[in-house]
Amino acid sequence: MKYETVIGLEVHLQLATQTKVFCGCSTKFGQRPNSQTCPVCLGFPGSLPVLNEEAFYFSIKVALALNCQIQNLIKFDRKNYYYPDLPKNFQISQYDMPLSYNGVVYIAPQGSGERKRVRVKRVHLEEDAGKLVHPERENYSLVDFNRSGVPLLEIVTEPDIASTEEAYDYLVRLKSILKYLKVSDCDMEKGSLRCDANISVRPIGEEALGTKVELKNMNTFKGVRLALEYETKRQIGLAQEGEKIIQETRLWDSEKQITTSMRSKEEAQDYRYFPEPDLVPFVVDNAVIEKIKNSLPELPEAKANRFISEFGLSEYDAGVLTSQIDIADYFEECVKLYPNPKTVANWVTGDIMAQLNARNITMDELDVLPSSLTEILKMIESGVISGKMAKELLLESIETKSRPEDIVKKKDLFQISDTAKLEKMAKAVLKREKKSVRDYKSGKTNALAFLVGQIMRQTKGKANPAIVNEILKKELEG
Amino acid sequence: MKIIDKATVKHVALLSRLILNKDELELYSKQLASILSYISKLNEINTKDVPPTSHALATLKNVFRKDLLKPSLNTDDVLKNAPSKEGAFFKCPQVIEGK
Repeated sequence: MKYETVIGLEVHLQLATQTKVFCGCSTKFGQRPNSQTCPVCLGFPGSLPVLNEEAFYFSIKVALALNCQIQNLIKFDRKNYYYPDLPKNFQISQYDMPLSYNGVVYIAPQGSGERKRVRVKRVHLEEDAGKLVHPERENYSLVDFNRSGVPLLEIVTEPDIASTEEAYDYLVRLKSILKYLKVSDCDMEKGSLRCDANISVRPIGEEALGTKVELKNMNTFKGVRLALEYETKRQIGLAQEGEKIIQETRLWDSEKQITTSMRSKEEAQDYRYFPEPDLVPFVVDNAVIEKIKNSLPELPEAKANRFISEFGLSEYDAGVLTSQIDIADYFEECVKLYPNPKTVANWVTGDIMAQLNARNITMDELDVLPSSLTEILKMIESGVISGKMAKELLLESIETKSRPEDIVKKKDLFQISDTAKLEKMAKAVLKREKKSVRDYKSGKTNALAFLVGQIMRQTKGKANPAIVNEILKKELEG
Repeated sequence: MKIIDKATVKHVALLSRLILNKDELELYSKQLASILSYISKLNEINTKDVPPTSHALATLKNVFRKDLLKPSLNTDDVLKNAPSKEGAFFKCPQVIEGK
């Protein structure tokens, strides 16, 4: 029997507000434990939460960008459970009337060439819990409440995802949209973006869903992919053996590359939700919703389509360039300075992005001016430098943070395009490399490349290879 | 029908991380039954056409605060009432899920 996978994803996103969702404490990461806490986020009796306006409108923005409906009447609920990271013994969350629902994200996994809808079931706003630290070889845990009350957006899909590739593509696209909206740093290492998954398998053709397993503790997108791959195999294996799949939560162990059952002492989840009486309900006027909708930035998919129609880029290049907002912006700035979009696209997706990947940094961190690239491109066009020199020049410009023009002047990198000078060198080489000349004349045309190489070496790469090529050919054939 | 049975009281006690002995279970079951039957008087009112209220002041809505920093408490003060602490952390019995 053949099986198919059914996956739903749940993403938690910390919103980049200055202060917590229900109090004025800072949300800054990495500070001294319990230094950003107050009676509200420590759950002291008598303290009252008041909703952070920015967090609320960030949430609406995300909801609209994910094509969600906004709830007419938005209220908050208490989710009750006892755990040391939760000082009030309840989390302020949203239950039956989430901020928004019924959204959609379009995915297009690489290689499939198809665009697919992933329905977003709900997007709701809640507060984050504190952080637990478990010292090794000790029998106690430590609690830091700095994270308690940080605004957290929960984005839940319907079980519309049919493979690990689709899950990965959904996460990449969702993150890209969230970065465009500038509502979060989406930094997984800091826990600003976290992902859990529900996964089940069923025989192909079967309508009813199989028993689902919840996967947690996947700290990177790669981890999500590996955990889902492992879990797919495990569940199909069990199903084929005729064994029962148990509904449970499993943790991804990134070292052993396996999922393990989280034997929780807790009974079946019973959160006893009820309305949070300390917060008033919220209503967003349609006019306000329209206004926010109209103020949304151009999102990745729309931008990619525009890059294709406006700049004549390939779908692939447009997709790569628009996957990250800062790269898309950089590309457009460059095109303004050097209106040759295809060349710019090649360099940005090639050399610039190779640098980002090699250094594992963002465009902002790379800190290279659009004009640094476009100056180089102009120098290639006018024959001042060769393509090979250009690559080195870009690298040096990035590393030394200096203008390419200054480097060229300082290091005397000008390309030798002086025909008379190159002709003289060509003649000398032909006289010296008699064997290659014979080879060429007997039809081994790749001997030419060797001869060009001799001149390039002699000039330390500064000779204009096109001209050298032409001269040698003329000499050999003339 | 009993308004609350002992099994439910046990379950709620577990959710609340309370250990009840036999006498306490008996006592709380009785007391909770009494409280719940008193509250259940509210069920006699017909609320068919009344929208649910989530906040006592029905006319109040959209109460926000601006995203502006306020001073937090001093960490020493935060930890002052903690029964157990280590450095700037609260200290509690080990709670690793799955172990």
